[in-house]
Amino acid sequence: MASLKVYGKAYSANVTRVLTTLAEKNVDDYQIVPIDLLTGGNKTPEYLKLQPFGQIPAFQDGDFTLYESRAIARYISDKYEGQGTALFGKTVRDKVLVNQWLEVESQNYNPCVWKIVFECVFSQMFEGRPTNEAVVKEQLEKLEKILDVYEGQLTHHKYLAGDLFSLADLAHIPVTNNLINVAKKGELFSSRKHLNAWWEDISSRPSWQKVVQIMQAEQQEQK
Amino acid sequence: MSITLFGTAGSTCTSRVLTTLFEKQVQDFVLKNVNLAKGEQKKPEYLKLQPFGVIPVLQDGDLTIFESRAIARYVSDKYEGQGTPLFGKTEKERALVNQWLEVESQNYNPVVSSIAYQLVFGPRIGLKPDEKVVEQQLQKFEKVLDIYEEHLAKNEYLAGNFFSLADLSHIPYTYLLLHQAKKGEGITSRKHVKAWWDKISSRPSWKQLLDLRAQS
Repeated sequence: MASLKVYGKAYSANVTRVLTTLAEKNVDDYQIVPIDLLTGGNKTPEYLKLQPFGQIPAFQDGDFTLYESRAIARYISDKYEGQGTALFGKTVRDKVLVNQWLEVESQNYNPCVWKIVFECVFSQMFEGRPTNEAVVKEQLEKLEKILDVYEGQLTHHKYLAGDLFSLADLAHIPVTNNLINVAKKGELFSSRKHLNAWWEDISSRPSWQKVVQIMQAEQQEQK
Repeated sequence: MSITLFGTAGSTCTSRVLTTLFEKQVQDFVLKNVNLAKGEQKKPEYLKLQPFGVIPVLQDGDLTIFESRAIARYVSDKYEGQGTPLFGKTEKERALVNQWLEVESQNYNPVVSSIAYQLVFGPRIGLKPDEKVVEQQLQKFEKVLDIYEEHLAKNEYLAGNFFSLADLSHIPYTYLLLHQAKKGEGITSRKHVKAWWDKISSRPSWKQLLDLRAQS
């Protein structure tokens, strides 16, 4: 029986952030325990014992429980340091830059992108109301400025923290997939040469491809 | 003296870094004031260091780092051998520190900084507070604090029974909420959250930060 458990569903970008990290570290001996937001699986007393904020994912390694996808990703990177992709680079400088761009994702990129995706795709499902176009417009303006900075950075470096793929790039993949493929805002990327090349590169990695298959299989099961 | 920190002692995010430096007993650095009122953070020379045009930025030799939480990690790692250990002692303790750093980042800070924007930062640039937003965010905050209260009833600090960067990371914005936004009832009305707040905000590192602010 796998001692690693990921609680959640693959439709969640936060869950797939963890699944992609596991794949990058060549860890496939884990179990996904379905916790569905749409059926309130995240509000049961049992689940709230694991994740008191009622969010997905939660993660267990044996009897050790952890939550927050970025913290779980760090734990996996550390535990499996000796295998798979080195997700924090090789040097002190690499690690510093990975941490920096992880925070940029956390503080600047994700909040903005998530608001756009939520309004365009999930407002009806989760809040029973149509898209607030004013919010989308405001957040798109913000995002354009942020993406200009990314374009500048990626003009000089293949990846965010330098010449090596890292957890900083990985952290962006799930929510960018939502932005481009679900909310259909791909022109934000296709209009920026280096940003687009970076996206093409990181989203074609075997780890993400594997997670896409998990997402598709889950969707099939629902039917 | 290899470290230069660009920012202001009055800024919440710069304070996160300053408090970390003090907690690690690093006194040997230069704080270079960035004149926000004059828009210095949007000028080309500053944007070369921090392309998003916000403070702080830290330079250590030829290394330039931005994002206060990333800078705080760097300081914790570089000065691992001195001052307070900020990531616990074991792998699991470290993981829990990272977890609560993310809780601060994802659940706590967005709500508090939204209230701060409405009541403190917005008014500074002539904006009127949107009371509806403040009310919504305060309601959200109550739910978050209920979880903190239950957790802190069983743990002295967030990641366990040791002070860590996760607790520290909460200090600057919580202080602003209490003392500038004057919306601290959520904190002060909860027994264990209040006890935690009193403990972490009376640490010498935070006192040193407040002294620095008073002098600035």
